[in-house]
Amino acid sequence: MRVNHAFVDGARGVSPLLIGVIPFGLVFGVIAADSVIGPALAWATSFIIFGGAAQLATIQLFDEGVVTVVVIATALVIGSRHVMYSAALVPYFQHFPRWSRLALPYVLTDQAFAVSIVRFQDVDDPVEQRWFFTGAAVTLWITWQLSTLIGVLVGAQLPEALSLEFAIPLVFIALLVLTVRTRSDLVAALVGGAVAVIAAPVPLGLGLVIGALVGVAAGVVAHRVTQ
Amino acid sequence: MSAAVAIIIIGIGTYLERLSFIGIIGDRELPKWALLPLRYVAPAVFAALVAPAVLLVDGDLALLPAANPRALATVLALLVAWRTKSVAATIVVGMGALWLLQAVF
Repeated sequence: MRVNHAFVDGARGVSPLLIGVIPFGLVFGVIAADSVIGPALAWATSFIIFGGAAQLATIQLFDEGVVTVVVIATALVIGSRHVMYSAALVPYFQHFPRWSRLALPYVLTDQAFAVSIVRFQDVDDPVEQRWFFTGAAVTLWITWQLSTLIGVLVGAQLPEALSLEFAIPLVFIALLVLTVRTRSDLVAALVGGAVAVIAAPVPLGLGLVIGALVGVAAGVVAHRVTQ
Repeated sequence: MSAAVAIIIIGIGTYLERLSFIGIIGDRELPKWALLPLRYVAPAVFAALVAPAVLLVDGDLALLPAANPRALATVLALLVAWRTKSVAATIVVGMGALWLLQAVF
């Protein structure tokens, strides 16, 4: 009962983020359909890599004829933000059974991390936490596989004027507000955001990682000062 | 090396990135000093995801609605998020504000 409930809660929790994920998946699929590595292999990155930004970079670099080693290195650098998520989830995942500590990281994404870390602040039960995460992450996984597949098969022309991609930052705005509870949280957010803007020209999306790390450091300093 | 092999290597690599701390630390107790920074990962990451996406246009800072309607729409969305704590309300107001501003400017 508790398990079903938490799984459905997770699926429901992640559903607003699908507004941003589905158009991205369709667009990725359209690009994948024309890739030099072939549509089947390009689509297969959806479950082999399962990370939109890394998949897109992989395909673009192959299409540009970049050396394979550089393709691999670039994709892994783009994925490096997952290391931060992994660290932040340790206090919760360490109470999960061993098999799920090995299996669940496969479906760890920006979105699954985002909705779960917010929910984990309010739910202490590891069983509920585990199934909430599973519900959110699996829903996103299925949505990504289907939307990229539809993109490959049908092609998609979404009207650009709708600016649906703006839904992604909007969701993160809502989640940001939910995680800012103390003054040092606010410092972490303000510094993280400001540094990410300054570091935006850094290639491979590393501005995000730099901003986040400096923001974390600022939060710790603010905590020590206010103590 | 074929593209398929490279993609499988990337797949294994991204899985290991996701597993990293969860796998290494496992069920051992985290030291107290490590817990404090982890508390700030969520607010710092979310802000770092949002700020460049809403404040930059082609890499340049743009705040006025004529050049970048997203910035003002974001301010409204922040207010709604803060008052309602609702993801759905934030999306509805944020998208609505953006469409309105795009129509006006």
